[in-house]
Amino acid sequence: MTTTSDAPKAGFRPSQLIYDTRYRSLTIQVIAFIALMLGLSWLVSNTVANLSALGKDFDFGFLGQRAGYDINQRLIEYDSASSHGRAALVGILNTLLVAALGCVLATIVGVLAGVLRLSKNWLIAKLMAVYVEGFRNIPVLLWILLIFALMTEATPQPRDFREGGGASMIFGDTVAITNRGVFVPAPAWGNGSLILLIVLVLSLVAVWGWRRYAHKTQEETGRILPIGWGTLGLLVVPLTIAFLALSMTSGRVTQPIYVAGGIEGASLAEFGAAQQGINACAVPNSTESLNLRRALRAEGLRFNVVPVTTAEEAIAAAEAGRCNILSLPASTDAATAPAGAVALSDTIQRGSPVQFESPVLGGFNFEGGLQLRNSLIALWLALSLYTGAFIAENVRGGILSVSKGQTEAAFALGIKPSRTMRLVILPQALRVIIPPMISQYLNLTKNSSLAIAVGYMDARSTLGGITINQTGKELEGMLLLGLFYLVTSLVISSAMNLYNSRVKLKER
Amino acid sequence: MSDTHAQTVSFVRETMLPEAEPPVGNRGAILWMRENLFSGWFNILMTLVSLYVIWWALAHTMPWVFNGIWNAGSLTECREIRNATLGEGASAACWAVLGDRWQQLMFGFYPRELYWRPVLAFVIFLVAIAPVLFAGMPRRALWITALSPFVMFWLLWGGTAWFPVSIALGFVLGWAALRALAPIAGPLVAVIVAAALPIIYWFYTAGPLARELEQVVALRIEYVPSQDFGGFMLSFIIGIAGIILSLPLGILLALGRQSDLFIINKISVGFIEVIRGVPLIVWLFTASLLLNYFLPPGTNFDLMLRVIIMVTLFAAAYIAEVVRGGLAALPKGQYEAADALGLDYWKAMRLIILPQALKISIPGIVNTFIGLFKDTTLVVFIGLFDPIGLSNAIRASVEWNGIYWELFVFIGLLFFICCFSMSRYSLYLEKKLQRGHN
Repeated sequence: MTTTSDAPKAGFRPSQLIYDTRYRSLTIQVIAFIALMLGLSWLVSNTVANLSALGKDFDFGFLGQRAGYDINQRLIEYDSASSHGRAALVGILNTLLVAALGCVLATIVGVLAGVLRLSKNWLIAKLMAVYVEGFRNIPVLLWILLIFALMTEATPQPRDFREGGGASMIFGDTVAITNRGVFVPAPAWGNGSLILLIVLVLSLVAVWGWRRYAHKTQEETGRILPIGWGTLGLLVVPLTIAFLALSMTSGRVTQPIYVAGGIEGASLAEFGAAQQGINACAVPNSTESLNLRRALRAEGLRFNVVPVTTAEEAIAAAEAGRCNILSLPASTDAATAPAGAVALSDTIQRGSPVQFESPVLGGFNFEGGLQLRNSLIALWLALSLYTGAFIAENVRGGILSVSKGQTEAAFALGIKPSRTMRLVILPQALRVIIPPMISQYLNLTKNSSLAIAVGYMDARSTLGGITINQTGKELEGMLLLGLFYLVTSLVISSAMNLYNSRVKLKER
Repeated sequence: MSDTHAQTVSFVRETMLPEAEPPVGNRGAILWMRENLFSGWFNILMTLVSLYVIWWALAHTMPWVFNGIWNAGSLTECREIRNATLGEGASAACWAVLGDRWQQLMFGFYPRELYWRPVLAFVIFLVAIAPVLFAGMPRRALWITALSPFVMFWLLWGGTAWFPVSIALGFVLGWAALRALAPIAGPLVAVIVAAALPIIYWFYTAGPLARELEQVVALRIEYVPSQDFGGFMLSFIIGIAGIILSLPLGILLALGRQSDLFIINKISVGFIEVIRGVPLIVWLFTASLLLNYFLPPGTNFDLMLRVIIMVTLFAAAYIAEVVRGGLAALPKGQYEAADALGLDYWKAMRLIILPQALKISIPGIVNTFIGLFKDTTLVVFIGLFDPIGLSNAIRASVEWNGIYWELFVFIGLLFFICCFSMSRYSLYLEKKLQRGHN
């Protein structure tokens, strides 16, 4: 048996690099590596030659330069004097905003459509099939344009909301859908909102504790505690009590309105009649600001709002003469009121910890409230509905992949249907549903770059669009843009891999 | 036994009752409706809601569709006709725009008298793709498939016929080199030479050769520049070229990703992840803004060609992942059996692994193609006239200023028909390829 197994002890010959399997793989790799390096160096040398021919250099200094363009949709402070780097950040946040909103809505729509497509009701199953096939087979760009056209062409103008204009607000005069965007109530945070936040965090901790306790009790005694109701109660009851208590006590307290250049003790109406124009200093999104504006509107006075960020800044602005009426947060000491300011006889309430400001029809457009631009809404809806159709198919496939025997076995054990779904079907279906669903999230995030079609200022429009056009730094700009998308994708897909390895069937 | 029964029961029927129909409520349409539409309060509610939704949608769209006006020269004329026949402000589509501009939506600015060329190219494509899609066709028909890209190229762009011929010669050259060298110098050298020789040939000899041949025998039809391409023709060309060119590249990448060779593996993984991690639109902008940076100074080539290159690379990464799935789905025994037969790597892949893996991946490849075909609409952003770009152009014209929905409906419908039939085909394949075992 062992007579012929000894390999001949010959020396190394160059031909072994090709014919000997031990060395051949190394040869191939070296050749591939050299070819790759040659290719890369060719590309780089071309790029260097081209850049020098155009008189451009390769540096990222342009990120610090003044951007000089406006962005109408922003989550952080930005104006045209900010840098290109800041503009890129605004764009990136906008991309992430629409991606996050889209993922949430797409999941809701997709799960609903996927489950309903399996419904016993023939009509609704067919309706969902039409939805899924319709959205899956038509380019998402067309959907974005279609919904955008619908939002801008088929909705009423703000002036149609006046008397006899034929349009009206919905949900009890709180939401207005116009061709300039959708106006929804905006939250204003007032005195005690911090306490509310603390209560919320404490309730979350309590919920976590309650669920742990319930599971432990069930493990030990077999007694099943009402987890759902307990969670709901723990979340709702403390928050409601805290909100009501704060509204009843500090919310009822009134505070003076300070004016500059008025007569002490005059009413708001008299002050308004005496002034040429009213400039109100108000901290955005605060209840003082909201109640001040409400008081002014109640008197039928027109006014401008001077934006400030803190109470100190409001005082400074009043002293500098930039505004002539202000109301300070309750936390501000009355002694720090601006020099030369007097209090009016009218007062305003401090307000509840949270108040909602509904949009009101102003001169040419709606004022107050939150304006959701058509570009955002169209992009959001189109991406969600499009991705939702794909998610619906994943959900349907996942539910179908759990064999009927599982349900029957659970019923045979006497587990009731709702618990069968939660404890037997869903854990098995989710293993099939989640991975493709996350890759759909990835697709949605990448598709959000179609924002260009509706003029939504995402990362591609700021960093990869206007900034590139203004600075002529195509190479650097596209590189950064690609890097941003790549990092986002890798983060999402590594989250997926983490999940996959967690729920993988444990095999030997 | 029967005695006991007779004693306890006073009357026993001795004849069978005649068969009777089920009660009215338990048969036919009523039974179906009771089971499928009204089986409980929740079901009834859902039925009513669905009926309302359907009624609402139809009530808002159907009058518009069926009141549509088919004969008009402009949107204003359309509105006049509508006001005259249906009354002021009635809802009516203006389908006349389609009659007026359908050639543009289909062919872009391609010369009208030459429309037969893209149509013929499309027919050739359908003939060429048949042997690939349907296993029943004879294998020899695959030669037509191999030749068809060159014929289609010539038909679409026109110019001299010798150019595609000389390009095709490069492939013949490579194949000949492989066949001639493999027995003499071994497979590795043969593959490298077979890859390098055509590239050198294309760079230095193909162009002059085509010109020389043209001098000898002039074989040309009218040349159409890429700028004139547009509409669905453009979408089809980019989509089809992308998928055909990306298939071999994708298969190679998939093999690279499955490979044990460290460097090859890492190159493939890096390429696939980078391409897939960045949206197509960014790649398209790269093609239009940056590709000239990466090429030798002074090179400037067609935007459409650049887009096709980018789309090819993009689709290749996705196809690589689909094929990798197919490779991974094969039982390990297949690989081991190929090794046991003493086949080398390429023979094992060509004869054993890939035929099975590709068969499994065809539905995935078709799905990639559907996605790619839908994504061809993105070229509008770099200035090519795909259907959506043309709809913008039509809207900008004086006659049809302000027309939205009719064009969107038409474009959407065409895309739907194409993509839906492809997805049905992929379902048919999935069913056909389903074997009893795994």
